[in-house]
Formats: sequence, structure tokens, C-alpha cells
Amino acid sequence: MANAQVKPAQGANFSASISTERLTQTYQDMCLWRRFEERAAQMYMQGKIFGYFHTYNGQEAIMGGMRLVLRKTDDIITSYRCHAHTIASGIDSKAVMAELCGRRDGVSGGKGGSMHMFNPEGHYWGGHGIVGAQVGLGAGLAFANKYMGRDDVCVTMYGDGAANQGQVFESMNYAALWGIPVLFVIENNQYGMGTAVCRASAGAGQLYKRGEALGIPGEKVNGQDVFAVAEATARALDYMRANMKPYIIEFDTYRYYGHSKSDPGKYRTKEEVEDWQTNRDPIITLGKYLVAERGIKQSQLDAWDEAAKAEALAAAEFADASPQPDPSVHTTHVIPE
Amino acid sequence: MPVQAMRDAIRDAIREEMLRDQNVFILGEEVAQYNGPFKCTRDLWAEFGDKRVIDTPIAELGFAGIACGAAFKGLRPIVDFMTWNFALLASDHILNSAAKTYYMSGGMVKCPIVFRGPNGSAIGAGAQHSQDFTSWYANVPGLKVVAPATPAEAKGLLKSAIRDNGPVCVLEHELLYGKEGEVPEGDDFTIPIGKAVIAREGKDVTIVAASFMVHRALEAAELLAAEGIEAEVVNLRSIRPLDETTILDSVRKTNRCVAVEEGWQFCGLAAEISALVTSKAFDHLDAPVERVSQADVPLPYARNLETMSLPQAANIVAAAKKVCYV
Repeated sequence: MANAQVKPAQGANFSASISTERLTQTYQDMCLWRRFEERAAQMYMQGKIFGYFHTYNGQEAIMGGMRLVLRKTDDIITSYRCHAHTIASGIDSKAVMAELCGRRDGVSGGKGGSMHMFNPEGHYWGGHGIVGAQVGLGAGLAFANKYMGRDDVCVTMYGDGAANQGQVFESMNYAALWGIPVLFVIENNQYGMGTAVCRASAGAGQLYKRGEALGIPGEKVNGQDVFAVAEATARALDYMRANMKPYIIEFDTYRYYGHSKSDPGKYRTKEEVEDWQTNRDPIITLGKYLVAERGIKQSQLDAWDEAAKAEALAAAEFADASPQPDPSVHTTHVIPE
Repeated sequence: MPVQAMRDAIRDAIREEMLRDQNVFILGEEVAQYNGPFKCTRDLWAEFGDKRVIDTPIAELGFAGIACGAAFKGLRPIVDFMTWNFALLASDHILNSAAKTYYMSGGMVKCPIVFRGPNGSAIGAGAQHSQDFTSWYANVPGLKVVAPATPAEAKGLLKSAIRDNGPVCVLEHELLYGKEGEVPEGDDFTIPIGKAVIAREGKDVTIVAASFMVHRALEAAELLAAEGIEAEVVNLRSIRPLDETTILDSVRKTNRCVAVEEGWQFCGLAAEISALVTSKAFDHLDAPVERVSQADVPLPYARNLETMSLPQAANIVAAAKKVCYV
């Protein structure tokens, strides 16, 4: 990527600029998302969660790193792989688990399910089930910010599979043409369902270049490292707010589970999965940094992880105890007043 | 009352609502500098500028998605489809983003948006530019669907649609854009969504129609009157929600019903009217409900074949006579 307006990377200086307090909070958040998904997967196997169910395990550094540099008033929208995103937006994990179970106390009152959870007050807009649809919607959220005279941006997150949807290109053209500050975040987890990215995308290693002809800067970033994620995001945000223009970041990442719970993941080798889990795990990586550079004890990391497990268990127990939606809400929320 | 063409009534509706609410804007192909593909946005760009009257590239899915996202945040976009035929490319956002999000979010996210443009046949436009989508969109809970027949209705219904807090599909008709009629003055003039109107009173048979077919039905009523049959024409105005009361009251009076639609018959609007009347006014019927619909073929180009395909006054007359056993 060659763009004179984009600041160069700062590496260690950037890492040092983030407070220990914020980093340890991010570590705890990432532990919670991980343990929440594991508990939810167990609930799915027990038949308490049903339908389609997509976990975020392995990809936590992307949401964790971005949130280190995003404003609270920046908007976020994503696909159906959205449980962690919903918790990160400020929704209690209990309400997320209850939604996954289709219960009364769920975020959407049980009407949305695992793919459709929202938090407008937290500037989080779902939770969308049609691959790529959130990209056009995200450009619209950013359009609205600009229309209303704000310099908040919208982060629209999609996978390598969605990268080939026509409306992704359409949205990039609109964003470049009209000067919409939307951050196109490609979470390239190497597989669109069971199809390796090289079998679906021409120029597979270069999804970040898809805006090149439109004049949209793009870069490819290690999505397993919160610092790399945060630094690239900060660079993008500076550029977008200063220029009112879009930006593309392709994060290389990996999902540990199958595409959804019905996917055994036979298209990947055991060795490949183990390599990512052992050598590039985002939580282990951040934990090692906190011990080595910030003087956090391993026992403290372990305690935070135990707390995350406990919260996930409490969420599961809460969801399990929550009743099904009252039949009286069956026909409400179809047409607004 | 001033007389206006429908395209000018539509333009005035958009202009008045843009003056009333800063969050209202319009986007679509050729709506700004070209003044609208059918001149329904004449002079609006000159008055409101690039921010609120926005020419789009020819990429319907993209601009419909952007409009829905903007509506989530509280703006009130008017999405102009050059024709509803092109809206097929955007139908994912109309159905999945606009219609369903309010429900899926348990009432947290509204999508106040208007999708509008010409629906149905023009003249000699061929199969891909002539489809009637009334029953397609009316099938979807979460959407409202209106289809004006007169300039006043076009203005009053569009203003109501723009003020509505949910998504509304406004199915206009190319053959009516030049049609003139009286339009009430005043910014406060609106027509409520969900209310039909009796376009012509009669006692012998009820003819139910919407949009351009209202005019075909009125033409048929005139021909029937010459033969001593007094037809009552119900102009639906709104397809969803459907004004069941006005339809059923009329049928209870006339005891006979002809349902007219411009679109194809299978799973169509006329079938819905027929089912409604049959289930809720069965005891009042003196004859089975008759349907008049488009022929079950893609719309042909040749003038004679096109005429054979679309419901004509003669077809409606024949159906009315059949239910009157004449």
C-alpha cells in the first residue's frame, strides 16, 4: 500500500502508549468472549441453543484491538458471527446467552436469535444473516454520521467469504465516490464456510487491495495480535476522520471451530488448527506480553480466566432459567408506531 | 383546487416533506441533475443541493443498503427506483434489512424508509421492464405497500409514507405520471395508509382494483352502466395493510365481487381479495368471486399481444357480467 497520507507503523512505541489498565481489561474481555463461546457451544450440544450458531474463538484480537482505539460513538456492524461483538458493545453476557437460547430475557426478547442482536445505544447495529448485507448497511450508518455533521466512523466487519459479494464492491464505490468514512474490516479467517480463500477469491492474499482502483487505501495486518490490530485501526481512523474517506484493513485470523456448530471442519488438517491455536493464539500472545512487559503475574491471568469461566457459567444458568417469550409478544414489533 | 399531473404531485410531496424534516433526503439514479427519470424530482436538486438530492451510480443493492443503514440511525431516506423492476436487485435489503430488523431487534431498531418508483407495465417496454410487484411486496410482514391511482393520492400517500416510522413501498405507475387531477393544497394534506375509497358507487357488483387498474375498472363501470349494471369500484390505495372493511361492506351491499389486478394471477392480489371475501362475506355472495389478471406469460412487446396480456375494460366487463349471471 502506498499512500503518503497514512502514518507509518510505530511498533513498540505504539504498544507502550496503551495503559496497562486498558490492556488488562482487554485481556479479561477476550477471556470472557472465549469462555462464553465455549459454554454456548456446550449449550448447543445439549440442545438448549438451536438453529445456526457461529463462534468467534480464535478471532478475539480483532474486536479487542479495535476497541482499544475506537471511540464509544463510532458505529460497528457485523455478520452473524456476532456474539462477542454484542457483549463488547456493552450488552450483559446473560442477555446474549438468553438470546442464543431464544428466551424472554434475551437481547432481542428471543425474536432475533444468535445472528440478530443489536445495541443502538452502544452504537452496535447487529448481527446480520445475509452474507455481505452488513457492508452496505455499514456504509449507510457512516453516511448518516456524515449527514448529521459528525466525524464518527462506522466499522463494517465481514469475512473473506463475503469479500466476493457484489455489494461489497458497490459499497466501496459509494464510499469512495461520496466520501463516506467507513472502515471495511475483512476478518480473513482463511475459509468461507468450507471453502479455502484461495478457492473462492482471485488474488486471495490481497483482499485489502480490492479498493485500489477506487483510491481506497488498504493494508494487511496480523489479526492475532491486539497491538497490530489497534495500531492499524488507529492509523485508519486518523486517515478517515481527517479526510472523510473509507479505508480497508484485512486481518489475517483463524476460527478454531467450524463455520457453524453443524460443521466438523474436515476441510482443514489437525496440524493446521493446532498450529494456530498453539503458536498464534491471541489470548496467549497478549498474556505473554502482559507478563513480560507489564509485570502481570501468571496467577493473575489465570484468575481472570477463571472469572471469565464463572461469568459464562452464570450466563448459561441465567439463560436456562429465563422463560420462553410470552406468547403475547408474538405479533408485536412488526410495524413501529 | 389546483389541477396537477401526478409527477408534479409526487414532487411537491417530496419537497414539502424535505422542508418539514431535515432528515428527509432522496437518492436514486438520475434523481438530481437529470430531475428524475420521470421528472418526479424536478428542481429539487437545484433547491436542496447535493447533500439531500443524491444521484447514485447504477447499483441498486448498494444504494438500498446505504439507505437502510442511514434509516437505522434515524434519517428518513426516500429511495427512488427508476422502476420497480430494478428493485429486484435491491430486494434483499427491502425484505431482510428494512422489513425485518424492527422485529428481529425486539423493537430496538426502526427503519423509516420509503421505496418508490413506477411499477407494472408501460407501453411496449417488454417483459423485463413491465412487471407488477404488488403481491411480491405485499406478502411481507413489516412492509407497508401503497399504490395510488390519482395525483392527490400519490401526494397524500407519499407524504404519509415519508412520515411513517417503518418501511413503505410506494408503487406508482408510469402510465399515470402524466395524468392530471385535483390535488388539495396545504402541507398538512395526507392520506392515511390502510384506507380504501369508493371510486364509484353502485349496487349490482363490486369491482376491487388499485393503481392503474382503478381507471380500467372505472372504464368498465361506464360500459356496464350502459347495459344497466351499476358497478361499485373500490380503489384500494393501500395493499398492506388492506382495508378489509371497505371491501366487505361493498360486497355485502352488491353481493358480487370482481377482483382486478395488473399482475399475474397465481398467488396474486386478486386471489387474496377473493379469499377475504369468500371467508368473511360468504353468506352475502350470490356468485363466486371472479378474478381479472394479466395473462400467464411474460409480457410480450408486440402491441396486439401486449393488449391481450393486460386486463382491459372488456375483460372486467365480462367478469362482472359473469358474476351477475348476465
